[in-house]
Amino acid sequence: MVTGKGGVGKTTVAASLALALAAGGHRTLLVEVEGRQGIAQLFGRDPLPYAERLIATTPGGGEVRALAVDAEEALLEYLALFYRLGAAGRALRKVGAVDFATTIAPGLRDVLLTGKVKEATTRTDEQGRRRYHAVVLDAPPTGRIGRFLNVTAEAAKLAKMGPIKSQSDGVTALLRSPMTSVHVVTLLEEMPVQESLDAVAELRGLGIPVGKVIVNCARPALFPGVRKVPQTELKRGLAAAGLAADKATVVGLQREAQAYLARRDVEATLRDELTELGRPMVELPLRPGGVDLTALKDFATTLAAS
Amino acid sequence: MSPLDIDELLSNPGIRIVVCCGSGGVGKTTTAAALALRAAEVHGRRTVVLTIDPARRLAQSLGLTELDNTPRLVPGTKSGDGGELNAMMLDMKRTFDEVVAAHTEPRRAAEIFANPFYQAMSSTFAGTQEYMAMEKLSQLRAADTWDLIVVDTPPSRSALDFLDAPARLGRFLDGRMLRLFLAPAKAGGRSVFNLVTAGFGMVSKTVQKILGAQLLSDLSGFVSALDSMFGGFRERAEQTYRVLQDPQTAFLVVAAPEPDAVREAAFFASRLGVDDMPLAGLMLNRVHRRVLPLDAESALAAAQELDGVSDLTADALRAHAAVALLEDRERAVIAGFSSEFAHVPVLEIEAQATDVHDLDGLRSIFA
Repeated sequence: MVTGKGGVGKTTVAASLALALAAGGHRTLLVEVEGRQGIAQLFGRDPLPYAERLIATTPGGGEVRALAVDAEEALLEYLALFYRLGAAGRALRKVGAVDFATTIAPGLRDVLLTGKVKEATTRTDEQGRRRYHAVVLDAPPTGRIGRFLNVTAEAAKLAKMGPIKSQSDGVTALLRSPMTSVHVVTLLEEMPVQESLDAVAELRGLGIPVGKVIVNCARPALFPGVRKVPQTELKRGLAAAGLAADKATVVGLQREAQAYLARRDVEATLRDELTELGRPMVELPLRPGGVDLTALKDFATTLAAS
Repeated sequence: MSPLDIDELLSNPGIRIVVCCGSGGVGKTTTAAALALRAAEVHGRRTVVLTIDPARRLAQSLGLTELDNTPRLVPGTKSGDGGELNAMMLDMKRTFDEVVAAHTEPRRAAEIFANPFYQAMSSTFAGTQEYMAMEKLSQLRAADTWDLIVVDTPPSRSALDFLDAPARLGRFLDGRMLRLFLAPAKAGGRSVFNLVTAGFGMVSKTVQKILGAQLLSDLSGFVSALDSMFGGFRERAEQTYRVLQDPQTAFLVVAAPEPDAVREAAFFASRLGVDDMPLAGLMLNRVHRRVLPLDAESALAAAQELDGVSDLTADALRAHAAVALLEDRERAVIAGFSSEFAHVPVLEIEAQATDVHDLDGLRSIFA
């Protein structure tokens, strides 16, 4: 599971992780549940259907498949599976019953989504081998992750028995087992870090295993040991490189350097707060030009090595 | 791309509501607070800002220590010219309770409050937060105490949820569908839907199978208690919707210069157009701008040359190159939006080293 505050790059990290886990000829499944089609956008594809599609390969025959889970589709699939409702299920959708059922019970939506993830995780082939080496979920953001993963409590509020109850119990057992790990993605900015700290505390309280803390968009470590950037030195350097070394250029460059140093101090404090969580930390470098497949593969290498 | 003049907007006495919307993590709450503060301090307007889920330190700086649904004067604001800043945090559950209480007699209200389904849905129901934000907005507007109401919108998955969720919830609560499903559960209930109900037997049986009988019986109790106020919810949602279409309302779409956030902003902008809602502009937060007009490539090449010659200058040039690359990428993202929505004015706010969590920080945003 990959969570983090909105906008920190959860999808990017989830995709990199799926690539990393596919290394060595494995097959992994990358899942999204929020209807954002973030995976398709990241890989420059058309919107994903509710089907597992090959989205990338790795050296050695590894495969990453992608799936955009839709709660309605999951409910219909579930009905077809347990109640043999095929065409009738589609009729349900037509009259709005599916929308109705998922609307009156928001917990139901989460049970269906996590239930689909569980199904993919535990699916086996004819020989009884697991279909997927790993399933990576691009999960809801930190603000909703506790409620999303705490399916039993949510479902129990609404359904005290019946299939929803047993379904959610199965999911809960898997989520609290060592097969699960929730990785938290953050930027070195105040709000994302605060939400990461809160989410880790919440997940720990729920007994759900917390994995790594992944710092995304980490900036290169520049100016080791430097606190001040004197203009005289910049003037000398610019001249040495054959660049304009007029007053405006020197002042401009100095302002940029000082802004970098100011941010570096803030980031150091935030990094310390994250370290105190006692979880392994990985940093993925900022790609100022944007993230493409090459970047994802580089991130995968970094994640695999961590 | 025309620039967005925030002062023109905030000083316009014809504008009574400013709605800040956009996807999560783009700084909506901070933007809303900064706009409201400026309206109060610079333009002398009696302003209230309705925040949904402010970060702790920002909430403290606005004097918001508790979730009490009541606008309170923000301490430390400079109130010349009759302007003042009040702030409040939305209490979703309490707002829902108020709506119920206002629309039904006390005995029925007590029944509703005690219903387990109501208790679950008033705090977790998909769309409740959006509905209650709109409800609160409509109450504040009706009170007519304020020159200007600035609203922050809930941190939903999609910015469109703010527009759609209330109607969806209203439809549900007034639901023909709801009654149809529950009709068989009401023993001996005489229903005008009886004919239709036969066809829905299979549907409701399935719903019962999935959700369990307990839930349906709670729901049924809830619905019969709500009977007295059927029509009320949808009507209110529609009323608020009309307030949003009023020319006294201005929407500001807030985004970060990232592909996802800008795409979301574009969706929202076209939706507002379809619904005749007045879009005042796009606010781009955390934009990066180089100070030095040097391109990234030249800077990096020079940095390499300077390694060992002037490490300090080399690193300064690398820091510059990183900002320059970010700026180039952000400009490309923004250009995509502007070519589609050429008529939407844009305001860019530069990224700051630290988050804003005091009034001075809020003041500096539009300074």
